[in-house]
Amino acid sequence: MTILNSSLQARFARYELGDAYDEMFASHHAPRPHYEALYRRLIELAPDELQQRQRAADLSFLNQGITFTVYGDTQGTERIFPYDLLPRIITGQEWSVIERGLTQRITALNLFLRDVYHDGHILNDKIVPRALVYSCKHYRREMRGVKVPRDIYVSVVGTDLIRMPSGEFVVLEDNLRVPSGVSYMLANRQVMKRVFPRLFADYGVRPVENYGQAPLSTMQALAPPNVLEPTIVLLTPGVYNSAYFEHAFLARQMGIKLVEGRDLLVHDNVVYMRTTAGLQRVDVIYRRIDDDFLDPMAFKSDSVLGVNGLFNAYRAGNVALANAIGTGVADDKAIYAYVPKIIRYYLNEDPILSNVETYLMDDEKHRTYVLANLEKLVVKAVGESGGYSMLVGPHSTAHEQELFRQRIQAFPRNFIAQPTISLSRAPCFIDGMVEARHIDLRPYILYGDRVRIVPGGLTRVALRRGSLVVNSSQGGGSKDTWVLYD
Amino acid sequence: MTEAMLSRVADHLYWMSRYLERGEHTMRLLSVNLNMMLDQKPVEREQRWGKLLDSLSVTMPDGLPLDEYHVIQLLTFDMENPNSIMSCVASARENARHVRELISSEMWEHLNSLYLQVRAADVDAVCRDDPYSFFRDVYVGFLVIQGVTDSTMNHGEGWDFIQAGRYIERANATAHLLDVHHAVLTTPGPDELVERYLDWVGLLKSCTAFEAYCKIHSADVHPRRLLEFLLLNDQFPHSVSFAIGQLETALTAIADATEKRKGIRVNRLAGRLRAMLGYTSVEEIMDGSLRGYLSDVKLQCTQLHTAIHDTYIVYPIESALNA
Repeated sequence: MTILNSSLQARFARYELGDAYDEMFASHHAPRPHYEALYRRLIELAPDELQQRQRAADLSFLNQGITFTVYGDTQGTERIFPYDLLPRIITGQEWSVIERGLTQRITALNLFLRDVYHDGHILNDKIVPRALVYSCKHYRREMRGVKVPRDIYVSVVGTDLIRMPSGEFVVLEDNLRVPSGVSYMLANRQVMKRVFPRLFADYGVRPVENYGQAPLSTMQALAPPNVLEPTIVLLTPGVYNSAYFEHAFLARQMGIKLVEGRDLLVHDNVVYMRTTAGLQRVDVIYRRIDDDFLDPMAFKSDSVLGVNGLFNAYRAGNVALANAIGTGVADDKAIYAYVPKIIRYYLNEDPILSNVETYLMDDEKHRTYVLANLEKLVVKAVGESGGYSMLVGPHSTAHEQELFRQRIQAFPRNFIAQPTISLSRAPCFIDGMVEARHIDLRPYILYGDRVRIVPGGLTRVALRRGSLVVNSSQGGGSKDTWVLYD
Repeated sequence: MTEAMLSRVADHLYWMSRYLERGEHTMRLLSVNLNMMLDQKPVEREQRWGKLLDSLSVTMPDGLPLDEYHVIQLLTFDMENPNSIMSCVASARENARHVRELISSEMWEHLNSLYLQVRAADVDAVCRDDPYSFFRDVYVGFLVIQGVTDSTMNHGEGWDFIQAGRYIERANATAHLLDVHHAVLTTPGPDELVERYLDWVGLLKSCTAFEAYCKIHSADVHPRRLLEFLLLNDQFPHSVSFAIGQLETALTAIADATEKRKGIRVNRLAGRLRAMLGYTSVEEIMDGSLRGYLSDVKLQCTQLHTAIHDTYIVYPIESALNA
């Protein structure tokens, strides 16, 4: 018992319990029931064995070429997305709340998008301010009155959830444009099963492997109704895009062609791809290109990634896009503050997953409060993603705060603020020790014929001690996410 | 239903393969000539370097001397020279990068490591140390990629485009090599002259053909037989005739895979060139104009390249819609 205790203490010596919710421990040396087996395993394993497994995992990622490209590097260097060895575990019960909450949210957001681009009831009823919607960076006037297949605007969503100190999951951000990261969820699982086969089997983890088929069924449902065997393609910006690996990986998993803009052409409002056997009609495009670059004739005219005439073909109903154009209006960070109201308005239900409290900068009372408390708050630009343009108050300098103060005053609509939330922490394997690091969770939701949510998601880790930023571009890593059977 | 291949993908595979073949050709010629220089009178060296550059359609930048150091730099590392080994390997790798999902991971791995290997070297180190062992390693790199390509990739349409790229490049380069050296093949003179003999052996070695030639004709090298071997022999992999035969086979397979009548024109061109090589005797060529014959071969290679491009890669939309 003493040996066990000392080795335990050695491995967990740097493990801190703070104000944040700890995923593994309810209190010191008292793991939560669903973490107990993992905890025991960590104590039993010989000291160098964990390290060995970490090396095996890293090598596996490198050999498989699971990398992302770092912008601003002329050599186009590809790096591995750092992988943490220890799984993040979610109980079946916790998951069922998440699942219901996300289904409710995606349903409401789709209704909102359809309404905003057609009759605008929610605007007429003054639930969401008209000016706020029309001033969204990603609002697309061109989409007014355009009928999209099945009235589904967002078919692929990655929603960022965080866990409050109380243990409650809340929504931090909806990603309704071109969410990425799902390939890491799949790759993490593949590696995990190789590195910890026994533990994995004993735990009873719900599988994520069918993710190739789920998006395929979702896309098939979007095809024009008269097409029996639709041709579906994945449209990528090309090898220089930071997520190119993911595009290639998904295309392979789904068994569809990976195309670039120059492979496609539009003739008489029909989209074709150029093959060696001639032109082949395309029915559904899973596009991983932003709205602005999709069609130089309709949007950014200097885009070389897009397809001339694609928007007209889309408007004519001859091709489906997933996601639709203009969905960014619903994941604008200022609109986000209205999502609970949006859910109540369309579904007449209370939101199952709460929002984080959000201050809108064009509301004068809110603004005054925020400007007086910048050092305590997180400030975000509304139309950005990837952790760019963000001020984390407690971790910022006076100079940075002053910079944001000026930016907010110059353009209030462009910013929101939220209290600094201590994301929950989970055990991570760092330099031979088990330490607690802040994490979030991005489950992937698909909506075609019905809503499908793969049990799991991408758990992102802020690998730097004390850091709250989990984005891969900002020193984040990821770990496998286990959703247990009940 | 056969899975159609994206035109862009076919194009990347074709060019990846052409660049690899071109890089290997540059490497082989350079390394053979470096070796031959050892037996060359100093006064004739510059002339030989000049001929080497001509066979690769490369010119030395103004103001630089034609010597070993500068030729190695120009043909191995110079990124301004599109035919240098480094340029070719980098271009092949860039093309491979775009189709990484379609080629085998072994192919990518070996192509990438060849790229890193050449990039890590520089002309000073190569000249100071041992150029032969450097080029030998690079040569092995090229051979491994080719072997891995043939043994790990599905021999379907993509592989056929790789074959087409490799052999059209080879046929064209060999024809050009013979063209630049036409004088040593046609000018009458005493056969026993050592210099002439060295030229002939050099030509054979430039096509990895010396040993294969000797097995058939013995070491008694004669220009007429040499020409027949490098141009018309249909069993030796580096002869023009063999290359065109492989090209035709690949193009027939592509036409079948794409189930299109449009392959007809490409195949007709390939068949015509193959017949021309198959039904001419070396005497006819020598008695007529060797240069004219070789120009014709090169011209037909260019026509074939254009036809492949117009048929499978960038075809007019109207023709495709009516088909």
